[in-house]
Amino acid sequence: MIDILPNILFSIILIFSVGFFIINIKKIVTVIKLGKPVYRSDNLKKRFYNMARVALGQSKMVTKPISGFLHVIVYIGFIIINIELLEILIDGVTGSHRFFSKYFNTSFYNFLIATFEIFALLVLISVVLFWTRRNIVKIKRFLSSEMEGWPKFDADNILYFEIVLMLLFLSMNATDLILQERNYMGYSKAGAFPVSSFIVPLFDSFQTSTVYTLERIFWWLHILGIFFFLNYLYYSKHLHILLAFPNTFYANLGDKGKFEVLKSVKNEVLQMFYPEKASESNGNIDKFGASDVLDLNWVQLMNAYSCTECGRCSSECPAHLTGKKLSPRKIMMDTRDRLEKVSKNISLNNGKFIDDGDSLLDNYISKEELWACTSCNACVEACPIEIDPLSIIMDMRQYLIMEESSAHPDLNNMMNNIENNGAPWPYNQQDRELWIQES
Amino acid sequence: MKVPILSELKLKGVNPEYLFWIGCAGSFDDRSKKVTKAFIKILNKANISYAVLGKEESCTGDPAKRSGNEFLFQMKAISNIEILNSYDVKNIITTCPHCFNTLKNEYPELGGNYKVIHHTTFINNLVKENKISISGGVYKGKKITYHDPCYLGRANGIYEAPRELIKKLDAELVEMKSCKSKSLCCGAGGAQMFKEPEKGNQDINIKRSDEAIETDSKIVAVSCPFCSTMMSDGMTSKEKDIDVVDIAQMIEKAEDL
Ligand code: SF4
Ligand code: SF4
Repeated sequence: MIDILPNILFSIILIFSVGFFIINIKKIVTVIKLGKPVYRSDNLKKRFYNMARVALGQSKMVTKPISGFLHVIVYIGFIIINIELLEILIDGVTGSHRFFSKYFNTSFYNFLIATFEIFALLVLISVVLFWTRRNIVKIKRFLSSEMEGWPKFDADNILYFEIVLMLLFLSMNATDLILQERNYMGYSKAGAFPVSSFIVPLFDSFQTSTVYTLERIFWWLHILGIFFFLNYLYYSKHLHILLAFPNTFYANLGDKGKFEVLKSVKNEVLQMFYPEKASESNGNIDKFGASDVLDLNWVQLMNAYSCTECGRCSSECPAHLTGKKLSPRKIMMDTRDRLEKVSKNISLNNGKFIDDGDSLLDNYISKEELWACTSCNACVEACPIEIDPLSIIMDMRQYLIMEESSAHPDLNNMMNNIENNGAPWPYNQQDRELWIQES
Repeated sequence: MKVPILSELKLKGVNPEYLFWIGCAGSFDDRSKKVTKAFIKILNKANISYAVLGKEESCTGDPAKRSGNEFLFQMKAISNIEILNSYDVKNIITTCPHCFNTLKNEYPELGGNYKVIHHTTFINNLVKENKISISGGVYKGKKITYHDPCYLGRANGIYEAPRELIKKLDAELVEMKSCKSKSLCCGAGGAQMFKEPEKGNQDINIKRSDEAIETDSKIVAVSCPFCSTMMSDGMTSKEKDIDVVDIAQMIEKAEDL
């Protein structure tokens, strides 16, 4: 009985941490579904291809070669080490030692373990370099004002976490190797350890019972760390490791210059021009544009949860680069923060949103930021997971003009001109062909 | 200059193949009027059957849409589409990437389906089909840099046609620090052309002009009326003797049209 106690304990922890993770994911899905509808299920083949290229293949990461390369290593390492995770889970539940070694051919198993170790080392090096870039080299895009406080803490946390996990993994292997060599009960020979064999001397002078205790401690801390990490995701920008996939799948695949033509407006305009063509008004007046997160569509909400806060968008944004207040990364972070608040409000009020006197417009994103955008699409192009901050900016501008009538004063002149004389400047429509006479 | 007006041709029963959409800048702005005329000379040289709308042309609604005024945009679009469809227009050429983008991408949903071509693509095709030939002339061997308009490049993926034309002028094309899909905006898009910029530490056109100056070129080639204004203002305030010219004008000059 005593023997299987750790396995029972492990199984309980496993169920709880996976369960808690699923509950949180469900919460996110529910919140994303609060978004307005937008049709993104056309062209499935192209969408799969896009997801494979951008999320799986990281094609946009490598446009910045150094961070791109390091990120690819951490990413491949993450995936590969997850195979080992499967073995650890089976060992944990059944009490086996290196479960796969009994089923795989020895040299293949050795190859697998050796690969995991090499990747663990590469990940360790990359993560240390990432930390250096953030904290010693102080790369500019990591230092903007929106990164102060939690975002910076979160970014560093993840790096510390990965370092600790990789060190635990290697120490676990090193102590395992010692036990294997000392023929300790239950530790049959399995695996090749090209990296951890170097840290064997650290533990080799200890008594076998101590080594065993250490091995167990490393093993438990490593897997508990992974469970913790799994559940930390929900509270962190690290959610992108999951959301990058749907995010690229449902990305806007059309020409970036094509902005949505609003159906609600189309109907009203048609009613003015051709009443017979307009569809029957459904009675409820649509709100034009967005002043709060629930006016955005579900892809925009998913974008907000997916943002990694990497700042590649802002570092290409002409407004941001010239010192304006606008930062597309901040647009995404604000949307997420506000969405979190709305989501808490909804779960506290039994599924209904109760007005809290707060809104995305003005309280999070100012008009000054919105009017500074040149709609140049540099942010959309730069984002490694194809987030579209520009669409949120445009929706909010629509609200400012069509609901609040608070256009930037200079723009009012321009729009009056367009309305009255068909050009943004105060020239007469009749003078439109004067240039022909001028030579 | 003699320019065929669509309504007049239609009265005579003539159906031109292309409509040249001039745009507001091309009709009223002094710098851009020169581009309009240069392009017309190219059309004539290649014997293209075309016409313009003249007084019937109006703003596409682009600056209204990018400001957020969807109502005004759709009103403009629907009345323009009514005119275009009444003349059974099929192909539109335009020298303005903003008009190009709006006509091509945002008119179809409102009932306006046309094949829309930007003038750089159009001229490049003319050269490929041997309808006009270009040789370097005054631009031979000169260092020239090209500024990508956001609404031609990133927005619609057209990067190569303008570059191919510059190379055909036997010029040495030098790229700026940020170019093609990573190009930096001139600062005019999204209706910024019509307003004062927000508070910051620099104007966007100055930043972009600096990038152009760094290439050590004497000429900045452009293909958008707003980029043209922004970049030449930038050069003026930097007191640099660098020409900002549209590719159509370069060809006009090289071929002595
Ligand atoms: S589209 Fe707007 S927010 Fe995005 S990079 Fe351009 S100016 Fe910045
Ligand atoms: S929107 Fe994209 S580019 Fe910008 S910070 Fe988020 S993940 Fe990075």
